[in-house]
Amino acid sequence: MRNAEVTPRDPSTALGTPAVVERAGFLTSVQDLGRTGSRQFGVSTSGALDPFALRVANLLVGNDEGAAGLEITLGGLQLRFEDERIIAWCGGEFDVQIGSRALPAGHVAIVKAGDELKFGRPQTGCRCWLAISGGIDVPDVLGSRSTDLRANFGGLEGRMLRDGDQLSLGAFQRSQTAAAEDISSWSGPHDWVSPAKRYPILRFFRGVDWHRFNALTLQHFTGEQFTVSPDSDRMGVRLEGPELKREDETDLISEAVAPGTIQVPPSGKPILLLRDCQTIGGYPKMAHVITVDLGIAAQLRAGDGTRFFEVSLQDAHQLLMERQRDLERFRVGLSLQRT
Amino acid sequence: MQRDSSTALGMTESMEIFPLGDSALVVRVREQFEDAPEETLDETLRVFQLLQRAAIPGVIELAPAYTSVAVFFDPVAVLKSGGTAEGAFEEFTTKIRSAIVPASRRHRRRIATRAPRSIEIPVCYDVEFGVDLDRVAEHTKLSEREIIDLHSSGKYRVACIGFVPGFTFLAGLPKNLATPRRGVPRKEITPGSVGIGGAQTGIYPLRSPGGWNLIGRTPLKLFDPVKDPPTLVCPGDRVRFRAISREEFESLKQ
Repeated sequence: MRNAEVTPRDPSTALGTPAVVERAGFLTSVQDLGRTGSRQFGVSTSGALDPFALRVANLLVGNDEGAAGLEITLGGLQLRFEDERIIAWCGGEFDVQIGSRALPAGHVAIVKAGDELKFGRPQTGCRCWLAISGGIDVPDVLGSRSTDLRANFGGLEGRMLRDGDQLSLGAFQRSQTAAAEDISSWSGPHDWVSPAKRYPILRFFRGVDWHRFNALTLQHFTGEQFTVSPDSDRMGVRLEGPELKREDETDLISEAVAPGTIQVPPSGKPILLLRDCQTIGGYPKMAHVITVDLGIAAQLRAGDGTRFFEVSLQDAHQLLMERQRDLERFRVGLSLQRT
Repeated sequence: MQRDSSTALGMTESMEIFPLGDSALVVRVREQFEDAPEETLDETLRVFQLLQRAAIPGVIELAPAYTSVAVFFDPVAVLKSGGTAEGAFEEFTTKIRSAIVPASRRHRRRIATRAPRSIEIPVCYDVEFGVDLDRVAEHTKLSEREIIDLHSSGKYRVACIGFVPGFTFLAGLPKNLATPRRGVPRKEITPGSVGIGGAQTGIYPLRSPGGWNLIGRTPLKLFDPVKDPPTLVCPGDRVRFRAISREEFESLKQ
């Protein structure tokens, strides 16, 4: 999925005036659906940790679903708009205000020049994704506008946003604004636009090294609760809980890992890899969290408890197909609202 | 002839395909690397290139690493093609298998893989950069001069690029240079640093933490996202190091 095409200048399109980052918040970065094709060079996926949330937000504002938006971690972002834009966000339970009006998750709003958008701290969850009509206009690097925060490229100068940054926005069709007025009371389904859970359960299936762990460990893995450690980040969710003990001590040859992989280093504390994870690793791959649940994983923050529930690869695929069908219906529903 | 086809069969039998999550899988070509690095790397890269050539619908990208090739795919595109999700995934893995197997049997020797390039990488081994030369000397019982001579006369091959963009893992370190990693990793390593980690040598492309013993530094850029390809070397390339002076290091610095 590539990014929104920037349409050529014509009278019906609004052209890129920037939005001003008055406060960047704890960790805000430009992300799209991620970078593919450069894994053989060691380049991570990057992109929104919950691509589904960004897709829904983009569809709501009339963007191509792969347009670049902002990923906001733990809130604190304050943006000032310099022109009229359509916005929507999805993710954790954040208090979001445009001036004095509240903007709930999954709802569309039109902001005018001078409007201020503010993200408070989340009640539940950790991250959210903001889509702005026209998308964030940063250069495409290795096929994506996502920020690679570890290798420092992509997004805005390869880094997270800072106070005072100016965000270039892409052009968008003026007719989108009229459409947004028609659907402003409409919202995406709750489960999609607010994936944060108070008692999150992550579904997984067994990894290639499952058998390297002893029976008690496997029981613990599926039976006990794990707590998210504070040193978790976009690379991975580090978990504390019963020590996961290996049956053998064979040295493993470095092999590919992927977002969703649960690897277990010698400490016995599992790490659930997210989209900024390294491309290869030599720790045993105990399990894989299924793709449809990675949006829930993206909402985990330090101190949260989580449990794991086993499914089959077939279930994972089935759920993914259902998700895709639902998204197609949502897209059709939106276009009917707009016509 | 007979012998050749049975070896080929042996190879395909030892090959293993397993899922890496619901959107990727791994083709493990061999179980071991160290006992036959050259041959294993050739085999892995051959599988990588055969899969590239096969252009199987739904495949997003491929990435080789030592003994295996990872296949990342778009599950929606793959699963849409068949009746049931299970059936479609089976069909997909069959396509992967058949892209590798018959070709390996028939053209094992004939299929020319992309010729590996030979690349010379200048390295300055001055103590300012080779901050762990003393540690390596202590472990290997060699003088610093001998370490530099051995390291810069070795013939290496890029076994893998990864965990971070452009990190270059090289096979072929003279055995007597092998030195265990540092107990406590450094918090920050300067890009271009050349290190020894166990039986491997490699180059750090980015400012990052790391536990390898640093013996020198190259002025060349290992990773540049605006270049195509974005890395100085690719898996399979042959690499030699050339010892350079501090002056040359400065003049070559990019």
